[in-house]
Amino acid sequence: MTAPLEASGLGKRYRRTWALENCSVRLPAGRVAALVGPNGAGKTTLLHLAVGLAQPTTGEIRVLGETNRQSPDLLARVGFVAQDTPLYKSFTTNDLVRMGKALNPTFDVAMAEARWRELGIPPDKKSGELSGGQRAQVALALALAKRPEILLLDEPLASLDPLARRGFLQTLMTAVAETGMTVLLSSHLLADLERVCDYLVVLAAGHVQLAGTADDLVAGHRVVRGSRRTADELPREWSVVDEQTTERESLLLVRTPAPIHDPSFDVSTPSLEELVLAYLAHPGAGALPGPEPMEAVR
Amino acid sequence: MITFRLDGRSGVATYLQLVQQVKQALRLGVLGPGDQLPTVKEVVAQVAINPNTVLKAYRELEHEGLVSARPGVGTFVERGLEKANVGRHPALRRDLRRWLAAAERAGLDEESVLALFNDTFRESREEGVA
Repeated sequence: MTAPLEASGLGKRYRRTWALENCSVRLPAGRVAALVGPNGAGKTTLLHLAVGLAQPTTGEIRVLGETNRQSPDLLARVGFVAQDTPLYKSFTTNDLVRMGKALNPTFDVAMAEARWRELGIPPDKKSGELSGGQRAQVALALALAKRPEILLLDEPLASLDPLARRGFLQTLMTAVAETGMTVLLSSHLLADLERVCDYLVVLAAGHVQLAGTADDLVAGHRVVRGSRRTADELPREWSVVDEQTTERESLLLVRTPAPIHDPSFDVSTPSLEELVLAYLAHPGAGALPGPEPMEAVR
Repeated sequence: MITFRLDGRSGVATYLQLVQQVKQALRLGVLGPGDQLPTVKEVVAQVAINPNTVLKAYRELEHEGLVSARPGVGTFVERGLEKANVGRHPALRRDLRRWLAAAERAGLDEESVLALFNDTFRESREEGVA
């Protein structure tokens, strides 16, 4: 089956700086994927490459099997909500629907209008007068009314208060449940991502550091506490991602292919948030899916 | 119908929280045979989680024979759960008391006893024994 999004050897250079380098990632269909990484890691660049707002310097990226991401046929099937959910400020919500209809062959006017009613947004209100939460909801509703097969969202939650965030994610998850579309969303809000995402892509300094389903990633890692040991005293199949050691004790987050039975360790399962934080703190550590995962740096 | 509530700080996986809440509702009689569980869309619209998480929880409940999915209709309760009646197991209780006495003789304090129990419980669950 074609992956909705697939990049291989993808690189993007702006002047002298590589925003993204040798990036290979394959997003399975129907997933809600989190795109995580520090500022400047290349998240926005990857999203812009995916929707044809930027052209790769090296490698290629396929979206719904297409390499030409500017083809109108493809763009009709792709939804994108850019950072800070930009809308034409002087347009009313009604104007935005008319624009959506004019620009997108599959645009569902009734669906967009139903959303305004649900949200209590008057159709004659200018988008510049909406609250941040309303604006984000309007942008999402416009993208959803396009009935995309894949939806990409760049930091959609960043400027929203907790209530607006929940409303936004409720709308998004309901749409996923209804349509089975694939979603790729970048965000720093790990707790929210843990609830809504079942796939994870972590970028560090322009590289893919970690990618896989949330279940597999969590199952492949353990938090281990025990008496202090040096690296040589640890099982060889472990890759230590994060290590906090005192004189007496080692507290480790390790990647391990097998369950840990050694009774001298206190073993627990990390949350997705702990896991992501450990990798973000150690940009050199990496874990990618496939038969031969990259060796993590100790 | 039941309402789900999620605790992001509990450390319990989201799908397991859903499973536990359905079971609790079965034990309390809030849900009984023939009742319909909320649809995936309803759960998702309420608690804003990934739809696959709800499906995973429902599959787990189905696997345990507690509910069954009718394609295109919904997920329905097959059988209720009896409230665990701890008074009904005198032999298990006697064994446990003996074990507790042995633990005390071995010098374990309250917390060590609980830690040992929880650890062993988890271990046997992981091995699929319990």
